Amino acid sequence: MRDRVVHDLKAIYTIWLRDVLRFSRDRSRILASLGQPLLFLFVFGGGLSPAMAPLGGGHIDFIQFMFPGILAMAVLFTSIFSAVSIVWDREFGFLKEVMVAPVSRVAVALGKVAGGSTVALFQGVLVMVFAPLLGIKLALDQLVMLIGLMLLLAVVMTSLGILIAARQKTMEGFHTIMNFVMLPMFFLSGAFFPLTGVPLWMDLLSKVNPVTYGVDPLRQVALQGSLPEQFMALIRLNPLATDIVVMLGFGLVFLTPAVVLFSRRD
Amino acid sequence: MEGRQMNAIEVRGLTRRFGDLTAVDGIDFEVRQDEIFGFLGPNGAGKTTTISMLCTLLKPSAGQAVIAGHNINTQPSAVRRSIGLIFQDPSLDEQLTGRENLRFHAMLYDLTRAEFEQRAREVLEMVELTEKADDIVRTYSGGMRRRLEIARGLLHHPRVLFLDEPTLGLDPQTRRHIWDYLRQLREEQGVTMFMTTHYMDEAENCDRIAIIDHGKIVSLDTPDELKALVGGDVLTVRTSDNALALERLQSDLDVNARHGPDGQLIIEIADGDQFIPRMVSGLAGESQKLRVQSVSLRRPTLEDVFIKLTGRAIREEEADSKDHMRIRRRIAGRRR
Repeated sequence: MRDRVVHDLKAIYTIWLRDVLRFSRDRSRILASLGQPLLFLFVFGGGLSPAMAPLGGGHIDFIQFMFPGILAMAVLFTSIFSAVSIVWDREFGFLKEVMVAPVSRVAVALGKVAGGSTVALFQGVLVMVFAPLLGIKLALDQLVMLIGLMLLLAVVMTSLGILIAARQKTMEGFHTIMNFVMLPMFFLSGAFFPLTGVPLWMDLLSKVNPVTYGVDPLRQVALQGSLPEQFMALIRLNPLATDIVVMLGFGLVFLTPAVVLFSRRD
Repeated sequence: MEGRQMNAIEVRGLTRRFGDLTAVDGIDFEVRQDEIFGFLGPNGAGKTTTISMLCTLLKPSAGQAVIAGHNINTQPSAVRRSIGLIFQDPSLDEQLTGRENLRFHAMLYDLTRAEFEQRAREVLEMVELTEKADDIVRTYSGGMRRRLEIARGLLHHPRVLFLDEPTLGLDPQTRRHIWDYLRQLREEQGVTMFMTTHYMDEAENCDRIAIIDHGKIVSLDTPDELKALVGGDVLTVRTSDNALALERLQSDLDVNARHGPDGQLIIEIADGDQFIPRMVSGLAGESQKLRVQSVSLRRPTLEDVFIKLTGRAIREEEADSKDHMRIRRRIAGRRR
């Protein structure tokens, strides 16, 4: 029994290591996946910023407001992409070889969650590096908190991705996932606009959207000290602890069926 | 040490259904220790489904199999530990080096560092990739990738090696090369091999062959015995009027012929060389209406056996969604 646990832990480590090694070696992929968040941040954010300036009463810069949303975006997209890539990898890649190795499927699924989350976290950290450029000052404790929150978001989203991909045999459904899962989740998360005072339908959808509970704490932590407190109170949705607990809940709700479905032998 | 007379693979009533379709229909066979055993049949005959069940990737709907003494239904982990698998589709990580691919395999199979170092040296040597081992796999040719996959499949000393279409998509020279390795492997390491193929000429390399069609084994024997089923030589004849020729062959020459897959007539006959002149004059008859356009004589091949047993040639079936992915992958591969 103990041997099996050790062996499974080793398998999780192996699958994680492969994902990390692969990612670190692929410079073009790192740069390409950095492109989209930076485009949103500097072009979209930079363009809207002057127009939005009067709304905040001159207290906030729209780019600063958007920045935590872009952190979430980098994490969200990378997580789901790397999780969904198991569909391809299982038929035409290394994962096929993992599936016949004497390791439990639970370990394989957990290894993929660990690998995908690490890569997603790394993307988020890369975006975080641009904070000083936007006039956002981050103290060490804020940095640590942000990394923790991004990791939590990454684990939840990778689990969701694996849940989606677990029983899928071809890549044909991928665009559907992109259009009907990822983009709505991102737009309804409060990444681009405050969710205080939006129409009821949007309010309801955003409340069942896991990404909302990922963006809200990121914003609270990242902008603490950069924005005035009365404004922070205006855009805060939930206490920090509530966000974290809800995220943990979502994580459990996604991860459990993801592992079960992935482990089932045809 | 278990006795040498023990079979490496024993299959009893193995069945797999997908909805209404019975892909594998109650097959039985044994593979002996150290044997190269071939599973021959067209696409969609049930070859890959069988191999997936034997490798514990797919649950049988009924029946069972014992591999190297372990039951696939009750001891899947033990089965996995004692087998190596070379897939039809590539399963290397192209971003990693050859050696890294081997190292990940060793980690998954719980080899110690020292075991891995030594074994990696041996298998890389065997497939002549020692020099290339630290290059990224993306830079490898198709044949080199296949060789690395074979090396990887052998890393953990499997007792049985499964090869699913191991030479699919490779050029003839590379295919011969791969076969050299496999034969060498059997001689030096005594590994039992179970392989599927739809290349008839390759199946000749097997000790015994099971011909599978529509999920059933239609014949199982050595290549020579299978070819003996065809009896004598095979004559392929093209005429200006096949129906008339068939009639004359039967009535005037007392010979049975049948239509081949490509609009020719196939005649199985002993001493075919002596029969040709008789046939040509016999077919011509009094009226010169019937012309013999071409005649070829050859020893029977497994293709002839297959046509005789199933009434059709082995040919590609319609592409399914997985084949589409496969094609996309090849195109992507070429672009690089």
